[in-house]
Amino acid sequence: MELLMQPWPWWVSGVLVGLIVPLLHLLAGKSFGISSSFQQLGAMCLSNSKLSYFREFDWRRGVWILVFVGGIALGGFVANNFLSAEPVEFLPPFYHSAGGALRLMIGGVLVGFGARYAGGCTSGHAISGISNLNWPSVVATIFFFVGGLAVTWGLGSFIF
Amino acid sequence: MSETTGQQSPAVENPAADVPEKRGYVSATTLVMSLLLGTYFGIVLTKSEVVRWQRVHDMFLFNEPHMYLIIGVGIAVAMISMLIIKGLKAKSIEGKPITYRPKPFHLGNIFGGMIFGAGWALTGACPGPIYAQIGAGTWMALLTLGGAFVGTILYASLKSKLPH
Repeated sequence: MELLMQPWPWWVSGVLVGLIVPLLHLLAGKSFGISSSFQQLGAMCLSNSKLSYFREFDWRRGVWILVFVGGIALGGFVANNFLSAEPVEFLPPFYHSAGGALRLMIGGVLVGFGARYAGGCTSGHAISGISNLNWPSVVATIFFFVGGLAVTWGLGSFIF
Repeated sequence: MSETTGQQSPAVENPAADVPEKRGYVSATTLVMSLLLGTYFGIVLTKSEVVRWQRVHDMFLFNEPHMYLIIGVGIAVAMISMLIIKGLKAKSIEGKPITYRPKPFHLGNIFGGMIFGAGWALTGACPGPIYAQIGAGTWMALLTLGGAFVGTILYASLKSKLPH
């Protein structure tokens, strides 16, 4: 119990993260990927949109992804409130400011735009795509790091 | 491609059978499992600390191998699992064949990938962790999600003009 309440070591975490791919296939009949939840949200909220990206998306079949990400939120709540010795510090203190809010909004736009343009995020490309030997996912993952490293090392002294 | 719930009884004949079936787009089993597996994944993301901005920042600074090890082990475990599933031709619990639909290569993998990576570094959250942060009560993450929604609309609007 003591160990459970501490942050889990990388090897436990890695195994449990990897298992989501076969578990989703076997139990839910779905391929692992999370950023499609953004398209699902758009298709549901803007179902009469002129944008074919939303209009032509079959949101009735995509309902499962919203249930899945709702579960992730519930899991975050459970882990933080019942499975942690002390509250998890998700964002550093300096992000709880107007400047932090601006960074999160701009960064959020980049996350949404980039993930949908790339055709997937860390889950759909890096974990699910690479593990299914899908080479474009390797390309996407490499460029996730190109972008992240460029911002952290190139602009880091201005931003952080 | 018709999706059935597996619950249909031949005894009950629907007189309006030619009306498109509204139910059965997603089976109840899939929805229940999605909720359970989502909760499982949210707990794993939080307890592994990949939901923390600091961990993502330290990954990009090469300060610690934590994130790289988790992603690497995760890929290895998922890859072995999928090889076993494909080798055994295993089916889902609803009896459907398990297939992975490959994501095709296009220039978005490169340009979109870089843009996504920049956002990941800035927010300290890829899409999964955004939801875990919100669920855990870090309300600032609603801004990240709002931004991501705006970004998705932006992509939908510009899609035809972007190189793919």
